[in-house]
Amino acid sequence: MRPGAWEVAAAVPDPELPIVTVSDLGILREVAQDGGSVTATITPTYSGCPALAEITAELRHRLVAAGYLEVEILTRLSPPWTSDWITAEGRRKLAAAGLAPPQAARRHSGSVPLTLLAARPAVSCPRCGSARTARTAEFSGTACKALYRCDDCLEPFEYVKEH
Amino acid sequence: MTQHDSPFDLLARDDEDHRWAFGTGFTDPLAGVDTAVPEGVDAKALAAYCLMLGDDALIFSHRLQQWITNLPELEEETAVANIALDLLGQARMLLARAAGADPSLAPPVLAYPQEDRLAFFRTESQFKNVRLAEWADGDFAELVARLLIFASWRLALFERLRDTADPVLAAIAAKGVHELTYHRDYAAGWVVRLGEGTELSHERMQRAVVALWPFVDELFIDHQAELVAPSGVRGEVDAVLDTVFELAALDRPQVAALGAVAGRRGRDGAHTEAMGYVLAELQSVARANPEATW
Repeated sequence: MRPGAWEVAAAVPDPELPIVTVSDLGILREVAQDGGSVTATITPTYSGCPALAEITAELRHRLVAAGYLEVEILTRLSPPWTSDWITAEGRRKLAAAGLAPPQAARRHSGSVPLTLLAARPAVSCPRCGSARTARTAEFSGTACKALYRCDDCLEPFEYVKEH
Repeated sequence: MTQHDSPFDLLARDDEDHRWAFGTGFTDPLAGVDTAVPEGVDAKALAAYCLMLGDDALIFSHRLQQWITNLPELEEETAVANIALDLLGQARMLLARAAGADPSLAPPVLAYPQEDRLAFFRTESQFKNVRLAEWADGDFAELVARLLIFASWRLALFERLRDTADPVLAAIAAKGVHELTYHRDYAAGWVVRLGEGTELSHERMQRAVVALWPFVDELFIDHQAELVAPSGVRGEVDAVLDTVFELAALDRPQVAALGAVAGRRGRDGAHTEAMGYVLAELQSVARANPEATW
């Protein structure tokens, strides 16, 4: 008896943020199972994200290892991924790992207004909960995170950007 | 014991060791995407336009990559590296889309995927990027000024391309809008900080804007292949730049545009001297070792 294809696919960790899975992040959109064949659909996050090739390989690997003979991984570009798709469980895991989860994404159908300072409301410190934090860099180790510092507990932390 | 014809069979096998060399299995960035060109869309025109936008991103990304390890602070290293990565990702998808819609664009170097053939095996006159993309930044002020101009212009184009008839290009644009918004705001923040900073930083920021201004007009010249007329976004881009210049206490330059060469500019394959150096660095390994994999 094979485990369910969704459960297998959903357990694949994100290569950059292994504390959360591809389903927590909303990257895994759909898993269709027909007997021994599976079609999994994913939506990439950032255009140049190098994790995508790794995620595709890992999905295929785990599904094959679970006994599915035919595995197809489809990429869906539209609608584009948004951080709003990160689940409540995913947000809880991020915060528990010291990463501030994203605020609601700003959506613009027309032209995007220029924002210079105070682009987003205060981000709370994932360690002490203080709202007295300051952004130190809009880009951190990866494109999807910004770097912050807490002015109360003085610890630096990363914020997963709204996108 | 399992028999193998070649020890490389073991490397290619998809087992627990499939991560043996990350990145070696580079796949088509549009793998698994429905890439049929819809009825009513001119495939040649679509390909020509994707090539222009892809070349802009590829060459601009390469110039940003050259900054890595030379930036003033670690935070700027990560920012510029991430921006370069976003643009490289856009380039890969756009070049793959161009070659998919018009396979005659890609030089016949069959060992390579189409996007790589376009990147590594075209000659200078076959690159259709605007000349702003190939400029070698003399200092950090030029980097942020060039990024501000480029990202503001590209964002305005991508906003409109979200509604274009080809669903693949529309999806690439929709994704790119979020990325370019961050790029523009990052660059604008630095232009304001330097423009409003010390006497010296102000002077160098103003000098950078003047140095780059000759490349601006070319961005808005209409070309037959474009699905969004660049002349139509000039007002929006000017408004953004004027806002930033005012906050940065910078004067909008009054300098002549860079001329055409026998009527040809970047979009026609006529480039500045800087382009040859970019391509030499970008292409030499692939051309010297066409069988190499990495």
